[in-house]
Amino acid sequence: MKRWLGPALVAPAFAYIALLVGLPVVLSLYLSVSDARVGSDTTSFVGLANFSAAVRTPSFRAALAHSFLFTVVSQALVIVGATLLALSLKEAFRGRGLVRFLVLLPWVAPISLGAIGWKWLLDSLYSVVNWVLVAAGVVSAANPPMWLGEPRLAMLSVVLVHTWRTLPFATVILLAGLTSIPRDIPEAAAVDGSGFWRTHLSITLPMIRPIALVALLFGVVFTFTDMTAVYILTRGGPADATQVLPSLAFFTGILGGDLSAGAAISLFLFPLLLLGAVVLLRIAHRSEVT
Amino acid sequence: MAVVATRALTKRFAGGENAVDGVDIESRDGEFLVLLGPSGSGKTTVLRMIAGLEEPTSGEVWIGGRIVNRLTPRERGIAMVFQSYALYPHLSVYDNIAFPLKAQGVPRGEHEAKVGWAAEKFGIVRLLGRKPRELSGGERQRVALARALVRQPQVFLLDEPLSNLDAKLRASAREELQKFQKEIGTTAVYVTHDQVEAMALGDRVVIMDHGRVRQVGTPAEVYDDPADTFVATFLGSPAMNLLERDGVVLGFRPEHVRAGAGAEGAARFRVRCDLTEYLGSEQLAYGTLQDGGWEGREIVWRFPSWEAAPPEGSVREVFVERGRLRWFDAASGLRRAAP
Amino acid sequence: MRRTKVALRVVVAGFALALSFPFYWMALTSFKRTSDLYDLKNNPLVFNEPPTLEHWRFLFAETLYPRWLANTLLVGVAVVAITLVLSVPAAYGLARLTGRWGERAGIAMFLMYLVPPTLLFIPMSRVVAVLQLQDSLWSLILVYPTFTVPFATWLLMGFFKSIPKDLEEAAMIDGLSRFAAFAKVVVPVSFSGLVTVSIFAFTLVLQEFVYALTFLSSVSKQTVGVGVPIFLIRGDVFYWGELMAACLVACVPVAIVYNLFLDRLIQGFTVGAVK
Repeated sequence: MKRWLGPALVAPAFAYIALLVGLPVVLSLYLSVSDARVGSDTTSFVGLANFSAAVRTPSFRAALAHSFLFTVVSQALVIVGATLLALSLKEAFRGRGLVRFLVLLPWVAPISLGAIGWKWLLDSLYSVVNWVLVAAGVVSAANPPMWLGEPRLAMLSVVLVHTWRTLPFATVILLAGLTSIPRDIPEAAAVDGSGFWRTHLSITLPMIRPIALVALLFGVVFTFTDMTAVYILTRGGPADATQVLPSLAFFTGILGGDLSAGAAISLFLFPLLLLGAVVLLRIAHRSEVT
Repeated sequence: MAVVATRALTKRFAGGENAVDGVDIESRDGEFLVLLGPSGSGKTTVLRMIAGLEEPTSGEVWIGGRIVNRLTPRERGIAMVFQSYALYPHLSVYDNIAFPLKAQGVPRGEHEAKVGWAAEKFGIVRLLGRKPRELSGGERQRVALARALVRQPQVFLLDEPLSNLDAKLRASAREELQKFQKEIGTTAVYVTHDQVEAMALGDRVVIMDHGRVRQVGTPAEVYDDPADTFVATFLGSPAMNLLERDGVVLGFRPEHVRAGAGAEGAARFRVRCDLTEYLGSEQLAYGTLQDGGWEGREIVWRFPSWEAAPPEGSVREVFVERGRLRWFDAASGLRRAAP
Repeated sequence: MRRTKVALRVVVAGFALALSFPFYWMALTSFKRTSDLYDLKNNPLVFNEPPTLEHWRFLFAETLYPRWLANTLLVGVAVVAITLVLSVPAAYGLARLTGRWGERAGIAMFLMYLVPPTLLFIPMSRVVAVLQLQDSLWSLILVYPTFTVPFATWLLMGFFKSIPKDLEEAAMIDGLSRFAAFAKVVVPVSFSGLVTVSIFAFTLVLQEFVYALTFLSSVSKQTVGVGVPIFLIRGDVFYWGELMAACLVACVPVAIVYNLFLDRLIQGFTVGAVK
């Protein structure tokens, strides 16, 4: 193969990405150390002022804490749930195709539409969830839970929507990993005397650890950097109770017009991404060795 | 008392014929029993039903004198070596061998002694710290065997364990397997499609085809006294010569064809030699019969490598001793008396 | 063993129910009369009055929803085209290039997929403003390939890698140039892979929210993902019947197609991941 052909084929795609991703990243760094505002053409260098200002704002500290809270809790739920679900879906059964369709819906649906569906589900007046709870006698009709209006409940709602949304994807990945295990390994375990739980906990699940880590990584990155669910459900409220870093960046930078502050806030996402990239590279390297 | 037995064992998969059709097997204590047959003969399915990995459609499986149909694999007192060895890739060799002990609830304190004992039997003690991917094919087989041995089961089940090894390794692995079985003395049921393996390893051989048992016997019995034409042609390479006429099939093995006129009662042929092959250890000749009502039929015969090969096109007188002739019914393929 | 099987079935049913219930709820809402919807005394889980198509009619006849669908389709097709043009050669080059830097480039490409819109959208809005593309669908067509191209390249790499080199080599021995070998041998064989990638790239476009929210402002320019939750309201009031109908239209057909191609996607994914 001609020496230049490989690079030539690959160049356009990389150039496009380098330009349209690399440039904005650089621009973001520039913005974060300047005082750019929407509508003004002049900017000047302000050093780390934006970052220190951000860190001192209570909104920011709340958003940072919430970002971690939502991500950790929802993804922990996802890992447990997806594992259970993937184990249950491993063996074929009648109707499995339909089940798979149903299970995938939250992931396939555009997140904004899923979120708006949940907004209706959790509406302050007409929530069907509340209706069921009242009918079951769990809560009183006079004082139903305000899922999106009360701070703690709003946080729970956001976590649940994130879990609901990312669980199918993790399930599919785990299922793919489980089905790639050769059939005779669980059979050998059965002959060796291990029952359902031991076989899965000691043998099959450890075997799919790399792929499970990839699924977890995706889930963490998607959740941590997502602003859509929060924006649609609560707009970050009530009173910043559900604000997260990306949504705060949006409100500050786009709606508020303070591009520099917004850029500074969104740059706090970067360390997590870096961590994620490193972990992914480690996994890729490890699986090469086998 | 038979260690392993099946009675009228049948398995039908969805929408198909019987993969296993009324199979009766009885093993003897301490014997190495081989299930031999071409692919699709049902031999692996029989093994898996004995192990409890497949449920029979009908029939019974007996192990150690009791019916085990309802028992899960772990409750049957068996150990199995899979074709791919099925070693747990993320566990060390030690943990692989120890796994059955853990699963069966054997107290931790006893693990080391038992694993050590099993590993020693196969000379793999120095490999205990390694992972399966670091081992050669032969070493993996030994680990699989050690894992099977460590529980001291009533019967070993082996599913073509040599087929993943390359040819050179196979012979020495076969020898090791045999020595090991004789030493341990546990009954073994071994599945293979390779007749050389079956003949070399088996105390008795069960020949299967299309889900049915064709014959059971020692290697000598099934080779010298085949029950039907299938067995006759399946064993031996090149296969037994079969000549059909008037509803009767005459059979004789290539090694029993000798030059000359032969004694009273022998079958005599005039054969024109078409082709010879020099194989190093022996030679084969392919020829066409010229008379006796067998005109145009082709036969194969063997002769030693130090003899001169018959020239192509030359016609010879050959014979087969009466005692070496085998007769079969053409319609059913079954063995019959001489007409 | 039986008991675990039953337990698993229950688990599966529970999950399936919980995960899909919101969509059932969407469907129900979209067919209920407004009077039924907003009457607090009614059992919301059933139809208390006969179902109606009013919300559907309204959605398609009197809102800009059809326009948004058209916008989304336009952007989707354009972006998929650009994606294929960029990723197919890149994926082929990466798949057939042995050597360390080929591997590294592939992984680098994949990592680009992890860079989120919420990191880039602020500087990106500046870029869009400078290019005078604000409030234009072209801004999306320009920016969306930044995530569809990494995804598509990585997936296609997997598909191309799974095609044995022998096929092209045999074609080249038979006299074809490398390009002809690619066009006449590799492309037909990986056709279903190309279709799969196109479909999933399209779903990525459909699902995007942040950029569309940031760059577009006029109501007529909206895509479905942003138009429905933000602009399908009159004053302060959400018109839930129409909203839910709008969601269903955008979700269900995509879900059906997605499911049809999911197995191929997993194939490409695992080949790429397991190398």
